Amino acid sequence: MKLELRGITKKFGAFTANDSIDLTVESGQVHSLLGENGAGKSTLMNVLFGLYEPTAGEILVDGTPVRFSGPGEAMAAGIGMVHQHFMLIPVFTVAENVALGDEHTRAAGVLDLEATRRRIREISDRFGFHVDPDARVEDLPVGVQQRVEIIKALVRDARVLILDEPTAVLTPQETDELLDIIRQLRDSGTAVVFISHKLREVKAISTQITVLRRGRVVGTADPGADQSELAALMVGRDVVLNRQKSAPTLGEETFTVSGLTVLSPDGVRLVDDVSFGIRQGEVLAVAGVQGNGQTELTEAIMGLHKAQGSIRLDGEELLGRTTRQVIRAGVGYVPEDRSTDGLVGPFTVAENLVLNRYDRPPAGNGLQLDPKAIRRLAEQRVQEFDIRTQGVDLPVGTLSGGNQQKVVMARELVDDLKLFIASQPTRGVDVGSIEFLHDRIIRERDSGTPVMIVSTELDEVLDLADRIAVMYHGRIIGIVPGDTSRDDLGLMMAGIDPAASPQDPTPKGATA
Amino acid sequence: MSAVTTQAAPTPGASGPASGPPDGGSALRHMMSGNGMVTVLAIVLSLVISAVLIILTNEDVMEAAGYFFARPQDTLVAAWEAVAAAYAALFRGAVFNYRAEDVTGMVYPFMESLTLSTPLIIISLGIAISFRSGLFNIGGQGQMIFGAMFATFFGVHLQLPVGLHLLLVLVMGILGGALWGSIVGVLKAATGAHEVILTIMLNYVAVNLVAYLLQTPVLQREGSTNPVSEFLEPTAVFPPLLGDSFRLNWGFVVAILATVFAWWLIRRSTTGFQLRAVGANPAAARTAGVSVKRMYVVAMVISGGLAGLAGMSQVSGTEKVLNTDVAGSFGFDAITVALLGRSNPVGVFFAGLLFGALRAGGVTMQTETGVPIDIVLIIQSLIVLFIAAPPLVRTIFRLPRPGALQARTTADPVTQPALAGAAAATTTSAGGTAPAAESAVVGDAVGVAAGDAVSPADPESPAGAGAPAGAPRDTPDAGPPPGGRPTASPTQPTTGEEGEQR
Repeated sequence: MKLELRGITKKFGAFTANDSIDLTVESGQVHSLLGENGAGKSTLMNVLFGLYEPTAGEILVDGTPVRFSGPGEAMAAGIGMVHQHFMLIPVFTVAENVALGDEHTRAAGVLDLEATRRRIREISDRFGFHVDPDARVEDLPVGVQQRVEIIKALVRDARVLILDEPTAVLTPQETDELLDIIRQLRDSGTAVVFISHKLREVKAISTQITVLRRGRVVGTADPGADQSELAALMVGRDVVLNRQKSAPTLGEETFTVSGLTVLSPDGVRLVDDVSFGIRQGEVLAVAGVQGNGQTELTEAIMGLHKAQGSIRLDGEELLGRTTRQVIRAGVGYVPEDRSTDGLVGPFTVAENLVLNRYDRPPAGNGLQLDPKAIRRLAEQRVQEFDIRTQGVDLPVGTLSGGNQQKVVMARELVDDLKLFIASQPTRGVDVGSIEFLHDRIIRERDSGTPVMIVSTELDEVLDLADRIAVMYHGRIIGIVPGDTSRDDLGLMMAGIDPAASPQDPTPKGATA
Repeated sequence: MSAVTTQAAPTPGASGPASGPPDGGSALRHMMSGNGMVTVLAIVLSLVISAVLIILTNEDVMEAAGYFFARPQDTLVAAWEAVAAAYAALFRGAVFNYRAEDVTGMVYPFMESLTLSTPLIIISLGIAISFRSGLFNIGGQGQMIFGAMFATFFGVHLQLPVGLHLLLVLVMGILGGALWGSIVGVLKAATGAHEVILTIMLNYVAVNLVAYLLQTPVLQREGSTNPVSEFLEPTAVFPPLLGDSFRLNWGFVVAILATVFAWWLIRRSTTGFQLRAVGANPAAARTAGVSVKRMYVVAMVISGGLAGLAGMSQVSGTEKVLNTDVAGSFGFDAITVALLGRSNPVGVFFAGLLFGALRAGGVTMQTETGVPIDIVLIIQSLIVLFIAAPPLVRTIFRLPRPGALQARTTADPVTQPALAGAAAATTTSAGGTAPAAESAVVGDAVGVAAGDAVSPADPESPAGAGAPAGAPRDTPDAGPPPGGRPTASPTQPTTGEEGEQR
């Protein structure tokens, strides 16, 4: 099967998301679409999958022009898509999820899942997926859920499989397994479109690479291309990868957490007796797969979660204080999900920049705001952090992800911080902005602030950390130096301490 | 080893949409796609549809229609006359009576409109503030009753000097409403109970409580068997504003002051900032150190306080006694007015004036032309219907979609309140338990709030406003248009509230 996109253009009002893009995907190939956030990758794939109608251009399957008015037609034509955010119903079993939308019924409309189960086992055995058709999806680890998505596509005889940022949610090991699966699919004749902004993976898996920027194809490359070359193409300028940061100048250990435990409402130990300290001028990175207690750990420090134990900053106990008091104590906090916790979308950029400082000079006093001062402050921060907006009066929700993140960082990185905590500081942020944000974090460290970074991206952890604490199932598996190898960290993230005796390695319930 | 082949790489700013200073055309498009235009057109549309109803229910028209094919012009003339007479009477009763003999008679209708709009404006401001805080307060009725009860009690039973007495009654009215509102706020903050349920139920309690108290010595007029209170002391009522020929009283000035206060509260005060933040995104507000629970209580106290003030202005202004019907349909009309005013104090003020005028004019329309006053209710309802469905109005009048101006339409909940709201109202915060019609109202009114849950997401996030479940919304995979930073941006969205404030 050969799938061709010719001159695909997609406009949203005056904005051109895709500008006459040509792309050819053939069976037995893995074609990677590389580009920053907002480059138009997802839009293009949504056009291909029948979710958007292209403004111009045509789609050809085996040389015949086709038009998809919805995902159903695209699937019927043999195109399957695994979205970045899974489209699964958590309380359904694997078989039920796979059958959904393509149900077979027996007499009197009774659902016939047996056929679906059989196909799942068949596919699962062929590719070594190890998926139980009767397991409930919510009980499965993220990596397995992703396989269910792939099975969903394969059951519908997808001959072109689109994977949209498939590794964003996976551990390094799971990523390797996924790449293996993709290779098998490729060898069995499936055409794979692999969308990512992670250069390493793209290089590892692709047979062909197409780079998108600002809605256009800016270049093609083969997998042998140099990483920095690809990055430059993607961003439009040279990018420093793997910066060499200076050695830390360590001061006193002013921030300590000891015996911190956070319970879920039903008594599960989300954070389990965690202790660590951070010295002035040091970056401690908390690594781990999403959902192993990192979120609750930071939220407990910020007073957003009830907890037991002790959190001390400059000798003062923070535990039991309100969030406002913690912020007033000099803690800057970048939450992991900027659109939910970090920003008020309909508020202007200026308002968001004073979201936790509106009642203190110069933004205002206890009674009322000073709009002029807020504006001035905002314009200054926008310039300092190079936030690309057409005005500080625009709703922050209209900014791109990277610029939204810069707004949060600009708000939190204020003068005389006593502690800086950033969760996923560069999630969904393009390469160019990552460079900038990492610089700012290191600069904060060098000004003598203890810095705590929580990240699920190993690249980021290794770039920033002076020490790395790995969390697994609410516990800190170990705290290791910043130059620990990727493999060791990967093992620790799976719950195995390479230094200690091997533990039970079955990853379970990593979906929390 | 360059394995990379570069195709014409676009220079920044060369690609993407043109971004220049707004020319005349785009300025017009900007205006046309704004909410103000939708509001005006919604009013026009509802007047047109009501005209059809007037025609269909008019006897002369029906009679003429009996021989339509013989003399069609008769029908058309009759139809025109019916509508013209009705709307002319509406105008005479609401704005300016050009048939009156003296100036007093001419401006009387307008003064009457102002009088009738006074409590409506005040209570609607309260409702608007609750909307901005993400709370759907439909307990205006109960809070208004409580304000009226408190005001009446102190207005009847106390003897105090002029001025002081009125002030006390006013404060008591506010306190009464605030008290009733605070119950909702406290229960919601403490137990998470839904404010819609709480306010509905507390409305019943208030209605029956006032009915009961009006049959006990606490409030009932001495020697009366009817559920009605004593007249308020003369020191406890608003003096006339423009002489005794008009019913207009100082309550209207209070309404203006309340509008100014509400504007200041929402736009300028730190409390308002917190309220808006909580309303638009409680999670982010909490993370920024705002006590969301406290804000729920504050919002309900202020909202209820204004409703109570409306009740006080009713008994101290026009009625001068308390009866069981003091709140009438104010509590629900206020939701409509707040919605029409897009929860923006200045907008609410004028929406309240419009509704007051419709009430005043409706009476004249009924007495002079026989068109039932219910047509006014239909006009009001249709206005809200169209406001709640901006795409409908835009389609009918072929207005440009706001998306034509702003690349990322659905990312802005304010320009697309109905879309965002409708999705959110049925699924998330606002009115999952409310009846369907109310949910739609919730969605729009609190569009600011409810919409947020889905609005500011990453461009690549598939959780979309108004999009079918699971399908990525129709948002381009891209940030804002590249290019310079023009000082006046043609892509800046018109938002009712924010637009006014800049």
